[in-house]
Amino acid sequence: MSDKMHIKLKVNGEDKEFLAEPRELLIYALREKLNITGPHVGCETSHCGACTVTIDGKSVKSCTMFVAQANGAEITTIEGIGEPDALHVLQENFREHHGLQCGFCTPGMITRATKLLEENPNPTEEEVRFGMAGNICRCTGYQNIVKSILSAASEINAAKEAAQ
Amino acid sequence: MNDMTPDREERSANLKGMGCSRKRVEDARFTQGKGNYVDDIKLPDMLHGDFVRSPYAHARVVSVNKEAALALPGVVAVLTAEDLAPLNLHWMPTLAGDKQMVLADGKVLFQGQEVAFVVASDRYVAADAVELVEVEYEELPVITDPFEALKSDVVLREDLEGQTEGAHGPRKHHNHIFTWEQGDEAGTNQVLDNAEVVAEETMYYHRTHPCPLETCGSVASMDKVNGKLTLWGTFQAPHVVRTVASLLSGIEEHNIRVVSPDIGGGFGNKVGVYPGYVCSIVASIVTGKPVKWVEDRMENLMSTAFARDYHMTGKISATKDGKITGLHCHVTADHGGFDACADPTKFPAGFMNICTGSYDIPVAYLAVDGVYTNKAPGGVSYRCSFRVTEAVYFIERMIEVLAIELDMDAAELRRINFIKKEQFPYTAALGWEYDSGDYHTAWDKALETVEYDALRKEQAERVEAFKRGETRKLMGVGLSFFTEIVGAGPVKNCDILGMGMFDSCEIRIHPTGSAIARLGTISQGQGHATTFAQILASEIGISADSITIEEGDTDTAPYGLGTYGSRSTPVAGAATAMAGRKIRAKAQMIAAYLLEVHDDDVEFDIDRFVVKGAPERFKTMKEIAYAAYNQAIPGIEPGLEAVSYYDPPNMTYPFGAYVCVMDIDVDTGVPEIRRFYALDDCGTRINPMIIEGQVHGGLTEALAVALGQEIAYDDLGNVKTGTLMDFFLPTAWEVPNYETDYTVTPSPHHPIGAKGVGESPHVGGVPCFSNAVQDAFRAFGLRHTNMPHDHWRIWQTANGLGLHD
Repeated sequence: MSDKMHIKLKVNGEDKEFLAEPRELLIYALREKLNITGPHVGCETSHCGACTVTIDGKSVKSCTMFVAQANGAEITTIEGIGEPDALHVLQENFREHHGLQCGFCTPGMITRATKLLEENPNPTEEEVRFGMAGNICRCTGYQNIVKSILSAASEINAAKEAAQ
Repeated sequence: MNDMTPDREERSANLKGMGCSRKRVEDARFTQGKGNYVDDIKLPDMLHGDFVRSPYAHARVVSVNKEAALALPGVVAVLTAEDLAPLNLHWMPTLAGDKQMVLADGKVLFQGQEVAFVVASDRYVAADAVELVEVEYEELPVITDPFEALKSDVVLREDLEGQTEGAHGPRKHHNHIFTWEQGDEAGTNQVLDNAEVVAEETMYYHRTHPCPLETCGSVASMDKVNGKLTLWGTFQAPHVVRTVASLLSGIEEHNIRVVSPDIGGGFGNKVGVYPGYVCSIVASIVTGKPVKWVEDRMENLMSTAFARDYHMTGKISATKDGKITGLHCHVTADHGGFDACADPTKFPAGFMNICTGSYDIPVAYLAVDGVYTNKAPGGVSYRCSFRVTEAVYFIERMIEVLAIELDMDAAELRRINFIKKEQFPYTAALGWEYDSGDYHTAWDKALETVEYDALRKEQAERVEAFKRGETRKLMGVGLSFFTEIVGAGPVKNCDILGMGMFDSCEIRIHPTGSAIARLGTISQGQGHATTFAQILASEIGISADSITIEEGDTDTAPYGLGTYGSRSTPVAGAATAMAGRKIRAKAQMIAAYLLEVHDDDVEFDIDRFVVKGAPERFKTMKEIAYAAYNQAIPGIEPGLEAVSYYDPPNMTYPFGAYVCVMDIDVDTGVPEIRRFYALDDCGTRINPMIIEGQVHGGLTEALAVALGQEIAYDDLGNVKTGTLMDFFLPTAWEVPNYETDYTVTPSPHHPIGAKGVGESPHVGGVPCFSNAVQDAFRAFGLRHTNMPHDHWRIWQTANGLGLHD
């Protein structure tokens, strides 16, 4: 065991401070120190994406980042996306198009999808499939996930157009 | 009635009952990250367990030195077999009638086997301590091939030495487990010997793993004050786990509460009982604190379960014009170091005897030899009913091989051998009574939709173009027609550890007309909370939105055998309908009393009872529910509750017709799926949206298994595919869009005619993908090549056929 570090993070808009061993993975700091259990551990090798969070504007797999590396960062997890009475358009569309089954990949999947649509607001099906290839789902076969994301994209774009 | 009274159509739609694509009630919490999985459970003073595992596949454990580990601050205990022996928990019974070491007792039999269990204050300290446990091993010869095992002098299971009788009859050799025979051997051989045409093939259905995204885990909490043990875990069968935990620990069953919280996918992986569960219980009893154990992905792929690993040899005979006359199948089944296969007790090779498939085959014989090797134990049904995937793959490959032998179109060969609609109920040569089917209609619909003849024409043109050097891509048309056997099962012949495989539902209607129903099953993503409420809504006339479904807590749910083998809808779904009908029967009496008519003078109408011939006189289910609680009704007990334990009279037999069109680049070995059409007949359809989702998911798991996913070992028994880098899980990038379709042939014995669908796409999908790859090379003389058809192996196939010359 090594000495603990003083870690400061901004998670879902709230400032958090705690002590952690530098070797502690970010996913465990989130889940066990901050009780943010939406991001899940599926592989600990960056393959499955169940632990995906947004760090300083980028999609990151929090199972292969030390909490020390995240020190000072601004992090968004699934808990910071949508509200129970005002779901994010992606959350709505995943439900509408049956884009989830067991739900284990879903927090990472939706978190990644929010970034994907920021990076590319009007993606083709192929671009969605490529952009989501870092997130594994064992239940849905992806067809309805892709449908959910494409549908969310059109809704977001339609809303933007209406606002202009 | 007045103008505000909704019409029948509207009342029916308001119920959200059977047949509608109701949106899932589970999704609100899952999309917001508010699921509650085992690893999300956090209890005060909770400790973490982690395993010391064997790096060797076969070795004697000479000594285990815990000193350095115990000296590490935060380490509470290090358990070995020696510590468990006084409690008689160093071994545990398996579901297959064998026993398995919980912690290595003198030797290890597979790489990754559990040797010691470290308990510490957090997962990092536990992992550090694992590294500090010093284990001295003495290597022993490793056997990873079952054929070699049956010849070898090396005794793998020394604990069984001298035992010539196993749980399933005589053992022929010290590494042999059982021989399971079905059908008529002499009769089959006679037909084969005298047949006009016989096709023979040997095929290996490789070892793989269900690999749900959430690994296995448990949290045990022994409350020494009250004497109560609570166990949360990734259990597909929580009630059976409670019974097993009681039998193993000696704690009375009423003092054990088992809870399956949200489960992050199962696919068979979470049916078995694993050493981690046992060790977390023991550690909690020893320390008096809650203990969590969650395996990592490598541990999951190396130690908790595997699927398949069947070496199959087949002979199929036919007349010259293609009428099948007999089928012979022998399987050498690699069960690993312990026989921990998860099958009903009387079926050591599961329902492999459904291997006559969808065809009217007069005589057949099946023999399965189970064998010990130095591989992980735990043959589970990965997204299929017990060994049905193997059976369907076998027959669907044999049909293709026979078509080659006969120089006949494989679709036509299937058509002329299908069991005919009028033959149902049909008793197959290996004993099963198929309840219903209409195979010809499904097949014709499938072939017509994909324009089969045009595909074959295009394929023939492609072959010519390839020969002329105009293209390097070949085209494969993969066919499969499958019949599943699901819904285990009748208590008379199906049990798990002696528990009959019934299932259950208990319903309580609340005074204001909403309800809660609890079942003996447990959803792992199938959407039970959504669909079982739909069944009930149609049965009792209360909107699905007003019905809560609960599963997985053994303190509250009625006893049931759990969710696997597509049994939830066939068995618990039937219990739900039957319990609903009990509610309705009582509601009828209450309605008649309230309407002041005889019981027989009212009838059920969507959400109410109406006086026959006078529909303006009615009582809604809501009114009836209130009356059940608020007034004394002569001769009727207050309240409105019912329970049903349903013992199915037969299995159900879903079927389907699949077609895959594939282009294969012979120079890279990369297959490109151009089209996949899946027609499923699962009987009555409860929620089309969920059915479609199940089909997409099952097909994707089929794609994975057929095209690359495997648990491979080297000669020393090292697992070569122990991470997601090597173990193929398809991403969105590799998966096509699927076309789904259906016919409806209701099960005649199921209360609502439903048959189950979760596993059909996997069962039918694997041979379809595999047949597509192999069909692409048929014109160049390929007869059979084993899965998985990854790029390298496809390239090798092309190379072997001289296509790179």
